[in-house]
Amino acid sequence: MSKNKYTSNPLKPSEITPEHLYLNRRKFISSLGITSAAAFLAACSPQVFQPTAALENTPAISPDPTKMGEQGTVSPSTMDEPLTDYEAVTNYNNYYEFSLDKQEVAPLSEDFKTTPWTVQIGGLVNKPLTLGIEDLTFPREERIYRMRCVEGWSMVIPWLGFPLKTLLEMAEPTSDAKFVAFQTLNDPEQYPNLKNPSFPWPYTEGLRLDEAMHDLTILSTGLYGKELLPQNGAPIRLVVPWKYGFKSIKSIIKIDLVDSQPATFWNSIAPYEYGFYSNVNPEKSHPRWSQSSEKRIGEKGRQPTLMFNGYAEEVAYLYEGMDLQVDY
Amino acid sequence: MNSLNRNFKFTRLQLTAHILAWVPLLVLFWDYFGDNLGFYPAQEVTARTGKLALIFLMLSLSCTPLYTLTKYSPVIKLRRPLGLYAFLYTSIHLLSFAGLDYQFNWVELLPYLLEKRYIFVGMVTFILLFLLAVTSFKWWMVKLGKNWKRLHRLVYIAAPLAILHFAWVVKGNLFGLSGDIIQPLLFSLLAALLLIMRIPPVKKAIIAQRNRYLPSKKIVISTKSRIKKTDTSIQ
Repeated sequence: MSKNKYTSNPLKPSEITPEHLYLNRRKFISSLGITSAAAFLAACSPQVFQPTAALENTPAISPDPTKMGEQGTVSPSTMDEPLTDYEAVTNYNNYYEFSLDKQEVAPLSEDFKTTPWTVQIGGLVNKPLTLGIEDLTFPREERIYRMRCVEGWSMVIPWLGFPLKTLLEMAEPTSDAKFVAFQTLNDPEQYPNLKNPSFPWPYTEGLRLDEAMHDLTILSTGLYGKELLPQNGAPIRLVVPWKYGFKSIKSIIKIDLVDSQPATFWNSIAPYEYGFYSNVNPEKSHPRWSQSSEKRIGEKGRQPTLMFNGYAEEVAYLYEGMDLQVDY
Repeated sequence: MNSLNRNFKFTRLQLTAHILAWVPLLVLFWDYFGDNLGFYPAQEVTARTGKLALIFLMLSLSCTPLYTLTKYSPVIKLRRPLGLYAFLYTSIHLLSFAGLDYQFNWVELLPYLLEKRYIFVGMVTFILLFLLAVTSFKWWMVKLGKNWKRLHRLVYIAAPLAILHFAWVVKGNLFGLSGDIIQPLLFSLLAALLLIMRIPPVKKAIIAQRNRYLPSKKIVISTKSRIKKTDTSIQ
């Protein structure tokens, strides 16, 4: 595929799918009267799935074979928000192992070694796995997701990846498994800031098992049609689009299925600020940053932050009966 | 001759201070209009001016202890301008946050005053510095008399509050010593040192120590004349 597909001038969704085609499909889908179910069916299909909050943006799959993305997947077509520039996505990064300065991460991570790289899947599973990064040959899909940082800024990023579920199912979680714990590489040789003792290294994150098995949750190995760069969490990272960005742990070496809520990095630093769930929630204020509005990088002004980052339609059911002011 | 020398020294020190105070602002303007502030310019302006305000506040607070240590009186004259620069950068900091970042969206901003502790503390600091800045002129000094000094001791509250604001705005837990705390911690230590050196018994002890090392005679500032003076005094 063309490597520079997006670098200079991102395609507008309207350029990818002719409007009448996806309007027709939308009509077809709503004529089934089960739009949200259709959304999930679409998600289960091997093709691309573009979730958004509004129903009228029900996922549409481009039927045009000339728009096929990498490895035969189809480019997404319904995100009506422009992609954040590749330059910004790859140069404005929170990656504290390298630096606390977002714009220092890219230069500092230039020589980061991502091969050889192994990911261990263990804990409460029937088949513990140790996979080299080269073994992760699942078909990749392109997913255009909003990325909302807890610091009050956001991006729209075209990820390449595969559902985390695919990998977890290979390992066969046992019935005792309730949570998934992730760990980032812990190599002081490669991460200058691991010497900073005021952080509980290594970086860890966690999800409830149902969150981890959700179709929107992916492991990403690329973005903008290219392989992931170190500053974005190469060679493999989590992307959970309805949660604040820090939940989407980078450069993963270990995934453990566990029976109780695992300790997570920011939560152990300041539990009152960073809850275990950390779902994007404009109603739950943060002592520091605005959670009701966000700065979309590259755009003027601010815009309102959406519940579950705009993915309420897809994920709200996971939190039914929970008080999100308490379980934030 | 001596007083002339001194006069010259005094202006040069002040001139240096004034130039050094304006340079960061010029650089900021340059970077802002040259689109050189990264991917979130409004936040960069806010962060930079906040840091500058804190630095100038510390510099202003360091004049008196520096005088205590060295008896070098011209630094005393820098207290007010440095304090005013701290207020200038604080004002730009506030304007940048409310205007550049939030487009003066008061509906969103006003609740933050009570909702976000760092904003509350930051606003209190701003009000204190505002009071000190407007009353920093001779007219007020004369009008307020003894109370002027009392009023201006509020800076001993404003400085720790400014650091608290900074500690709360970065991603860390200063009191739990975890997270992004190195800079707030350094500012805290510096401020603590500068404030402790003002406590009368401490100050007394410092002066006693100083007098053991420095000749109790008036120090002559000009290097050239000092050599001459010391020579003659030895003879």
